Amino acid sequence: MKGLEWRHFSRSPSDGMGRKRSLWSRLHLDPWLLLLLLSLMGAGLVVLYSASGMSLAVTLGQTSRFGVALLAMFVIAQFSPGTLCRWTPLGYFIGVAMLVAVEVMGDMGMGAQRWLEIPGIIRFQPSELMKLAVPMMVATYLYKRPLPPSMRDLLVCALIIGMPVMLIMRQPDLGTSLLVACAAVFVIFLAGLSWRVIGLLAVLLASALPLLWFNMHEYQRQRVLTFLNPESDPLGAGWNIIQSKTAIGSGGVFGKGWGLGTQSQLEFLPERHTDFIGAVLGEEWGLIGMLVFLALYVLIVGRGLFLANTAQDTYGRLVGGSIVLTFFIYVFVNMGMVSGILPVVGVPLPLVSFGGTSSVTLLIGFGILMSVHTHRRLLPR
Amino acid sequence: MRKRRDPIKDTAREVRVFRSRSLLAALLVLLMAGGLGARLFYLQVVEHDVFTTRSEKNRVRVEPLPPTRGLIYDRQGQLVAENRPTYNLTIVRERVKDIDATLDRLVDILGLDETQVEAFRKRSRQRQRPYQPALLMSGLNERQIARLAVNRYRLPGVEVEAQWLRHYPNPKIMSHVLGYVGRINEQELASLDSGNYAGTHYIGKTGIEKQYENALHGQAGLRKVETNARGRVLRELERTPPEPGKDLTLTIDTRLQQMAYDLLDGRRGSIVAIQPQTGDILAMVSAPGFNSNEFVTGISYKDYQSLQENLDLPLFNRAVRGQYPIGSTIKPFEALAALQNGVVTPQEVIYDPGYYKLPNDSRHYRNWLRWGHGRVDLERALAVSNNTYFYTMAHRLGIDALSNFMYKFGFGEVTSLDVQGASSGTVPSREWKREKYGQVWYPGETLSAGIGQGYWMVTPLQLATAEATLANRGDWVRPHLAKRVGETSIEPPFKNTKPDVTLDKEVWWDDVFNGMEKVVSGREGTARHIGKGLKYDMAGKSGTAQVFSLGQNQKYDADELKERLRDHALFTAFAPVDDPQIAIAVIVENAGGGSSHAAGLARALADEWLLPDDENTHQAEELIKEDVEVEGT
Repeated sequence: MKGLEWRHFSRSPSDGMGRKRSLWSRLHLDPWLLLLLLSLMGAGLVVLYSASGMSLAVTLGQTSRFGVALLAMFVIAQFSPGTLCRWTPLGYFIGVAMLVAVEVMGDMGMGAQRWLEIPGIIRFQPSELMKLAVPMMVATYLYKRPLPPSMRDLLVCALIIGMPVMLIMRQPDLGTSLLVACAAVFVIFLAGLSWRVIGLLAVLLASALPLLWFNMHEYQRQRVLTFLNPESDPLGAGWNIIQSKTAIGSGGVFGKGWGLGTQSQLEFLPERHTDFIGAVLGEEWGLIGMLVFLALYVLIVGRGLFLANTAQDTYGRLVGGSIVLTFFIYVFVNMGMVSGILPVVGVPLPLVSFGGTSSVTLLIGFGILMSVHTHRRLLPR
Repeated sequence: MRKRRDPIKDTAREVRVFRSRSLLAALLVLLMAGGLGARLFYLQVVEHDVFTTRSEKNRVRVEPLPPTRGLIYDRQGQLVAENRPTYNLTIVRERVKDIDATLDRLVDILGLDETQVEAFRKRSRQRQRPYQPALLMSGLNERQIARLAVNRYRLPGVEVEAQWLRHYPNPKIMSHVLGYVGRINEQELASLDSGNYAGTHYIGKTGIEKQYENALHGQAGLRKVETNARGRVLRELERTPPEPGKDLTLTIDTRLQQMAYDLLDGRRGSIVAIQPQTGDILAMVSAPGFNSNEFVTGISYKDYQSLQENLDLPLFNRAVRGQYPIGSTIKPFEALAALQNGVVTPQEVIYDPGYYKLPNDSRHYRNWLRWGHGRVDLERALAVSNNTYFYTMAHRLGIDALSNFMYKFGFGEVTSLDVQGASSGTVPSREWKREKYGQVWYPGETLSAGIGQGYWMVTPLQLATAEATLANRGDWVRPHLAKRVGETSIEPPFKNTKPDVTLDKEVWWDDVFNGMEKVVSGREGTARHIGKGLKYDMAGKSGTAQVFSLGQNQKYDADELKERLRDHALFTAFAPVDDPQIAIAVIVENAGGGSSHAAGLARALADEWLLPDDENTHQAEELIKEDVEVEGT
């Protein structure tokens, strides 16, 4: 085992040096992952066209955003993991600074605030940046340390994670803050966090749940309560869950057909082209459509985990693995939400829901993964 | 400072750990994906039917299609109740986010004043079936409709709908016959077939409109429509058309009705005319009437209050609910009772000294003519309305025999087929008095009853019905207002609902009729002033209903009494005697004696009904105007 691995890692650079590298490798792209992503995005556009009420404008807008996101992926992939690692702390601290700025502006009486905006030029959601910056920062810190991480290292990591997560939670954006924390925790998990600590943390988390409950905003509590019993408020907060389940359930095995979902097209389904696009898919394409998408996601995750395993250094492995697992968490949370097994949180269905920012973030993540995979060099001393 | 580490050992272990951890993660991913798949299988396969039903319920809305209300015609085919288009403002509360803001906006747009706003808000609070439009205001004008259309985008859930609204072309004269429709109130809503009335706002409240509500309303239809989440109708999926209400043809003749109303000339009173062969009610007037159209659109509280407080009681249907002492109009029936019971013969002569005395009683029961009519037989007793003769008859008959005979003519019960709210009146008897007052019957009360005073209570409709039966020589007909409902004729036979009145000798009818004819045409007749120029034979009988009793020796003086304490004038008649076409009962409240005030009205009405236009000289109307002072009761 040990020997095999070693051989594998020691042989890789010579491959790059000795033979002519493939076109894909020179482009720093992984063709299989790219193919899977493009299939998903293509199929997602088909669903989006129907979910937006046959709006060509929305669909074309999403297509152009995908273009931008793919470009960003391509650009990021050109940087070596080392470069990314070096720039990570800067990105992280800029992100935290922007979160503080958002917080301050919120305190200045602008209400709930998630956006930073230079009017007319750019609108930016700092929490989106943190989805990548926080796990990368944790990886940057950990990869130099002996692993599995020591207690002291864990405390430092908790600080790295806790600061931005608390700031995002105060925006308030519970969903994103949990996802950011989740991404960072994956890094630590993959770094080999001992099972004893995992068990301890699990117990701590369980006991912290009531604390979380009391720190929630009223609407967040309402969402949880509604999730537990949607029928308690069928016209209000429970509406989303009920209509979404109705849409999916009425789709059956084969679906009602593209553009023919009554729940979706007659607008019984709320947020049908953003967070609840999965319900449109379920209604119009049925169980088969849902399973095809689920399979695409699982394949992407599988390919991603494989790519992370081929990374040459710990930083790349940790960041790559975290990105892929977080991607799946998005999928699971969104699909769990539309099918009524998880509460309603504002998490889009990756690369299918309408929205530019999240697509760009996701594809940048996959760009990092490709960079990790394609940049081969001799192990650093 | 910096920890040294062993890169080789480190890396190998890290790779190993990463590999196992990512493998574990991959397994978890598969597990979670499997969980999602299972959940989707549950929703889309196991529970598919449940959610399909739910989704259909979302999408498909069933809308009621209210039927149009049947029209009402009079017997000549003249429209007396029609439907006119009107525009209503409705609101679906479930589709309105902020009801108060919406109402404020509407008040602004429509330019409503304070009282309207209040009514408006009150109505918006009324309970309604969910997702059914609730009526906020009817009768929008074009300006208001235009302003609503412009502001429509700001007013979700608010709709202008075209609707048919009941309209009565002759509200005053027909108000008590037709009744009126009004908005369905909560009480009615609870007892109605909610399916059939789902889209209906109005319901018959009184009169014919109430009596024939089922037929007039029709059967609601429905349509299934596809709607979006905001309730907007996208297309129709299915339609069951409503079955319109049946048209109704009344027995009423509007011209006669109008004339009867005009004849009362602003007085309080009632006229009922019945066709004897059929029981058709040709005219049924209660004056004063009211404008029933106001009740359709929703009368204001103030206007309603003033109608209620009006001393003339315009809302009170005197024709069927007004109870009056029968007065001397009892006499023809009493004469028949005496003949049938064998207590008198037509030829028997009774001497009238101006009063009647019971054996062993000093009290004098006076004739209206102080010095008496002298020798009086049955015919003359009717013609001059002699009291002494009928005191004698009553005494001979006894109250129970008299009452039992009167029941045969429909007194003391409701006999009409389709008249809403009719009263049964009172026929006095020993038993009745014992039950009602717990007292014994006094012989003197029999005498009062014998001239139709005392406890007698009859409605104008009862009086006319009895008169029609009399004219028919006892053949019973049931009075009714509807001639045809849709295609179905309402004609006799409903004869057998009550046994015909039979006499031992048929000729007794003629004896009584002769007396009644003399009332109008005889030299001494109490209503001889209306006999002038009569072109057919008319049998009549005048009557006076005392509003309050006079003491033993008080002289009646109408002028000294306040107007409202004066006696009611009664007159009953039928004509022509050989082939009766019309039986009439006239009651004019507080008009004094019956012969002077009521008789002319009956003659005018009979002229109108019996004579062709070119032969009707309208002499009777002149006679009424002369207001001849005639003695008698």
